[in-house]
Amino acid sequence: MSDTLYLITLFPLVGFLVNGLLGRWISERQSGLIASLAVLGSLLVSAQLLLGLLARPAEDRLFVQLLFAWIPVGDLNIDVMYRFDPLTAVMTLVITGVGLLIHIYSLGYMRGDPGIRRYYAFLNLFTFMMLNLVLADNLVLLFMGWEGVGLCSYLLIGFWFADEAKARAGLKAFIVNRIGDAGFIIAMVLLFHQFGTLSMSEMAGKAEGALVGPNFFTIVTLLLLVGAIGKSAQIPLFVWLPDAMAGPTPVSALIHAATMVTAGVYLIVRNSLLFSLAPTTMATVAAIGVLTAFLAATIAMTQTDIKKVLAYSTISQLGYMFMAVGVGAFSAGIFHLMTHAFFKALLFLGAGSVIHGLDGEQELGKMGGLKHRMPGTHWTMLIGVLAISGIPGLSGFFSKDEILWGAFIWHDGVNWIWLLGIMTAGLTAFYMFRLYFLVFHGPARWPGDTQPHESPSVMTIPLTLLAYLAILGGYVGIPEALGGINRFHHFLAPVVISYHTAIAAAPNTRPLELLLMAVSTVVSLGGVYYAYRIYRVQPALAEQLARRLRPLYGLSRNRYYVDEFYQAVVVRPFQKLSGLCWNWFDVRAIDGLVNASARSIARLSGVVRQLQSGLIQHYASLILLGVIFIMLYITMG
Amino acid sequence: MDGLQQHLLSLIIFLPTAGAGIIILLKESQRAIVRQVALGTSLVTFGLSLLLFTGFSANDHFQYIEKVEWIANYGISYHVGIDGISLLLVLLTTFITPVAILSSKVAINDRVKGFMVSLLVMETGMLGVFAALDMFLFYVFWEAMLIPMYLLIGIWGGERRLYAAIKFVLFTMFGSLLMLVAILVLYSLSKVQLGHYTTNYLELTSLTLSASMQTWLFLAFALSFAIKVPLFPFHTWLPDAHVEAPTAGSVILAGVLLKMGGYGFLRYCIPLFPQATAQFTPWIVGLAVIGIIYGGMVALVQTDIKKLVAYSSVSHLGYVVLGIFALSLQSVSGSIIQMVNHGLSTGALFLLVGMLYERTHTRQIADYGGLAEVMPHYSVVFIIVTLASIGLPGLNGFVGEFLIIVGSYGTQPTAAILAALGVILSAVYLLWMVHRVFYGPPGAILQASRDEAAPKLADLSRREWAVMVPILALIFVLGVYPKPFLSRIEPAVRRLVVTYQTAHGPVVPAAELVDEQLIMIEKEMN
Repeated sequence: MSDTLYLITLFPLVGFLVNGLLGRWISERQSGLIASLAVLGSLLVSAQLLLGLLARPAEDRLFVQLLFAWIPVGDLNIDVMYRFDPLTAVMTLVITGVGLLIHIYSLGYMRGDPGIRRYYAFLNLFTFMMLNLVLADNLVLLFMGWEGVGLCSYLLIGFWFADEAKARAGLKAFIVNRIGDAGFIIAMVLLFHQFGTLSMSEMAGKAEGALVGPNFFTIVTLLLLVGAIGKSAQIPLFVWLPDAMAGPTPVSALIHAATMVTAGVYLIVRNSLLFSLAPTTMATVAAIGVLTAFLAATIAMTQTDIKKVLAYSTISQLGYMFMAVGVGAFSAGIFHLMTHAFFKALLFLGAGSVIHGLDGEQELGKMGGLKHRMPGTHWTMLIGVLAISGIPGLSGFFSKDEILWGAFIWHDGVNWIWLLGIMTAGLTAFYMFRLYFLVFHGPARWPGDTQPHESPSVMTIPLTLLAYLAILGGYVGIPEALGGINRFHHFLAPVVISYHTAIAAAPNTRPLELLLMAVSTVVSLGGVYYAYRIYRVQPALAEQLARRLRPLYGLSRNRYYVDEFYQAVVVRPFQKLSGLCWNWFDVRAIDGLVNASARSIARLSGVVRQLQSGLIQHYASLILLGVIFIMLYITMG
Repeated sequence: MDGLQQHLLSLIIFLPTAGAGIIILLKESQRAIVRQVALGTSLVTFGLSLLLFTGFSANDHFQYIEKVEWIANYGISYHVGIDGISLLLVLLTTFITPVAILSSKVAINDRVKGFMVSLLVMETGMLGVFAALDMFLFYVFWEAMLIPMYLLIGIWGGERRLYAAIKFVLFTMFGSLLMLVAILVLYSLSKVQLGHYTTNYLELTSLTLSASMQTWLFLAFALSFAIKVPLFPFHTWLPDAHVEAPTAGSVILAGVLLKMGGYGFLRYCIPLFPQATAQFTPWIVGLAVIGIIYGGMVALVQTDIKKLVAYSSVSHLGYVVLGIFALSLQSVSGSIIQMVNHGLSTGALFLLVGMLYERTHTRQIADYGGLAEVMPHYSVVFIIVTLASIGLPGLNGFVGEFLIIVGSYGTQPTAAILAALGVILSAVYLLWMVHRVFYGPPGAILQASRDEAAPKLADLSRREWAVMVPILALIFVLGVYPKPFLSRIEPAVRRLVVTYQTAHGPVVPAAELVDEQLIMIEKEMN
């Protein structure tokens, strides 16, 4: 079984090479088919391996395959080795499953684009890198995938590179991520010097009871966290993700919602043992997560670009996942990662369908009344909106409640993380239904000559399948409190650390859990209600509220001026300093000195030139001078 | 066959000069033949050097040794041989030279004969530097290489070529004179300690030198190498030399010449003067780290593409010097790989900039924009090379950078962490340049080329592909499967590190100290 692991990454690699190198000889249609088949191949192998895992006893669920030694120097051995355990299984299935649907959807969405082969090549390369990220046993190989997906993100955000702003968004994404990567690299360095290995399975064996400095685990996990924050767009490095919406919408769905941006969460869960040994870091993760969740939700409330709303929503949902892993609910974090992949991919693809139907329009202000023009898109998107809002019965409800429950028991009761989390749930329902009403209901606000049309079935079929997943995806993790057995949690249990075993196992929590579920449901429904009041019943109310809450509204509308702050405090001063370095130091100080001495030598050689001429002689005379100097040194010393 | 094996190294070293000899016999008007002879010679040299690589056994001995009395009365001999440290640099040299020759087909049409002779003679000089096991021989090769480079910049260079050429010679001469002094001092000491005069490297390493003697000699050697690398603040000759040099000159300069500094540190400074090395390590490491950050920052504000790439060299070679002086197995191996990587990727960047310049005659970033639309293949190649230079895992740059950072942490923790932060900068200045040149709406150059009369901007030609494909292939091979290279480097590096540690006492990593203290405390508590 183990010896088929390499196939998972081989298929998309081949797809990338075919599209990238042989693109000239294949048609647009073939290009998309080859890319989709490559992902299908990976999906089938992953599914087969999952069945193989399930056939084994819980403690023995692991396949390993060593491919080759990558960087071996002395006691540093970095191998290209894959491991397939329950966590990897979930990740590969999400990546290849959602990825396949998005590849297919792109057949319609990207149709006729002259760069289609480049598009599919990048998409396959992304899949290859992302799969390496989740299959890697060694942190360095994981880092290759990590950087590789970042590269593809950069290339795909700037896919329409002739547009300066779009290319710039790609650049911004890469650079902001690079800041996080520096943290990642330093963490690897520290870990290697502590454990003598960077294989995560070997480190896990050595971490517990290791003789380390008092703050070692805290420092190392905080550094990994810096990397995770960059990739998963958390405070303070979230600024690149909204701009990343410049890429084609299927890319936003795949990379900037369902998969790549969740890599930070994956990194923490994969190293849950290290993190669980650093309570300070855990608290930091939880705090960053919930603050990001809340802040991004408040920004999403006022954005007018449909993709920007979804981008901030993604940041907010990623915040939930961070909050989950921060409070030690690792499997809940992965559960939400999975359900979010379903409903957020659905929402993005739905938004793409709307944009497609309106010939590229992204402003909510120019939509409205599309319910009957685009029925398929409308129904599937409504399911996505319900799922993300945490309405009972859909996938988002189960995963979000597991997180909120984890946050609640984190400090044995009501605490600020839980409170902010539950408020965010209300805000989420509000801004998602705001989007829903503005797009599909009310009067049509698009220009007269636009004829909104439903998208072709190659786009609506993936939407339908994702809608099913957004409903049913939660049923693998029905909590005990609702009479389920939380299969998802138990499946992941051998791989992740259980941080709160004692409280979670307490028998009398069921009524409390049910009560909290009721509370969060009421809060969500409240959000839906207000969105309905403001954007459906009394459309004038929105304007009034904005005016009355002007300062708050302005802050949210302008994303708290974070970008402007970075420009003023980091980017511009750094450019100025660099310019000063060059002008003052290189040009004036060093070269000034050199030129001055050159002039004096020129004067000197003017004298010498009377005796000799030409370069070689000049050169020889200098050597002679040297020899004289030596003679003097030897005789006098 | 045995004869070939025995004299393989000398054959490789002097074949280029023989080619130069043939070219001298040709007429200036026979340009095509001149070019073919030059290319042919350098390709055969490269082919032979592959035999060196495959025949090299991964141990720490010098191999392919040849020794012939030269100036017997003075104890000077022709003595060459290579170990794992020089092997890759020899290969890099034989690889880069044909690439440089092929790249000059369009750019150099004036005095082609002289140009090719200079390049080939320089190749012999460079190979000699890496292979010499006699210090006098080393010095001869070292200086012999300076003249053709001077000529390349001074004759075939750009507008300010004389300024740049003189600056280059001034800086380099300054260093090498001091080095000559130091060699002569060692020479005189050999009589005192060994009973006979000799410049044999292997014998000279056995000298015992007093601390103060080590200090002075180290400084004399190190200054020469520091200028060559170039280490901050001795770097200002480099941007000028690069900007003014013809493409082939820049490629050789970045690809090979700068590596002589790193090589010199490894071959001479550290084994000969271990105590002084320990004494000066903090300073050199400090300058290396400043170079990493400073080079990156200055690269950021350049308006000329070539100058930007030149400053990026200052930053990249800062990593190399850091790795060398951190003196751990990983860091030194990383530095050697990084020297090769830098030769490939920066060499490739200069080639690419040269190709662009041949088409448009400007190197100002501001003149460009939107190039990816018009020259897609060129853009893809350029971006791959840029990514290699940034250190993207899977491409060659990462292997060296990572080994240096990981390896340096044990002995130089602060420097290693600062160097890790440097990876942010390289992405910023390189990708920002890519952004301004390739993306966005068409810039001035593109708009002008849309004129009917103006020549169209052509994508890569066949010859240009032929230049780039081998480099790209190596960028991937070294990035994905560096093992064959690392395994050949390792024994020689291990010997170097062990020699240093036994001479100077083992370097105790800071992290291990903490561990030991903890164990002590633990024991006391029990």
